[in-house]
Amino acid sequence: MRHLKSTSKFSRTSAHRLAMWRNMTTSLIVHERIRTTDEKAKQLRRHVEKMITLAKHARALGSGEDKSIAAKQLHLRRQAGSFVRADEAVKKLFSELAERFAERPGGYTRIIKIGSRAGDCANMSYIELLAAEEKLEEKKPAKKAKKPAAKRTRREPKSAKKAEAAPTAEEPAAEPPAAEPPAPTEGGEETKE
Amino acid sequence: MTIPKRRCSHSRTARRWAGYRKPAAPTMVICPNCQELMLAHRICPACGFYRAREVVKAEEE
Repeated sequence: MRHLKSTSKFSRTSAHRLAMWRNMTTSLIVHERIRTTDEKAKQLRRHVEKMITLAKHARALGSGEDKSIAAKQLHLRRQAGSFVRADEAVKKLFSELAERFAERPGGYTRIIKIGSRAGDCANMSYIELLAAEEKLEEKKPAKKAKKPAAKRTRREPKSAKKAEAAPTAEEPAAEPPAAEPPAPTEGGEETKE
Repeated sequence: MTIPKRRCSHSRTARRWAGYRKPAAPTMVICPNCQELMLAHRICPACGFYRAREVVKAEEE
């Protein structure tokens, strides 16, 4: 059964599909940006990023004279070469791309939607490798700051319902402090009541 | 020949056709770069911009 298998099959046999992913991965590495359908772009990410990860592992091993390290790097290179079709693509992976994405913890690609294709109206998009100059965006702190606020707004109506017995006069008094940082304790107290 | 026993009521006809309505037009947004109407979350077909700053490509399409 194909329960919980999130990938779609694109009406291809497994060999055909594998060949397609290998071709597309190679093209993306060589050309940096390719144009394809949304669905293919989304699934191409995993294949491309695996290849880049192989290259990054090789880079992380360092460039010492140690034979065991060189052997490991050769193995990684061959693993990539067994998927990617062109030698130039393997070279690019292990030199340029490994360097470019050294600091980036995954997410080396970007998908930009274009619109639908004439003919079958398939949704098309560009998938591209991120450029070297693109810095890591420090999104995480911003998200953390936002999240508690969003939760609070969602929680408020619930806690208000739970504290139904509380007189209405209390609610306006309780709300202004809820908008401020020490809100979690405030919410907790309300639910207890 | 078989013949319908009952006349089909207006509401029944209407219900049968309910799924055949003309689809609603997609919601468009105004491109922040060129003020053309465009579909959201896509490259603007008129100017090739996406997310205000990224010039994805010059006018090809």
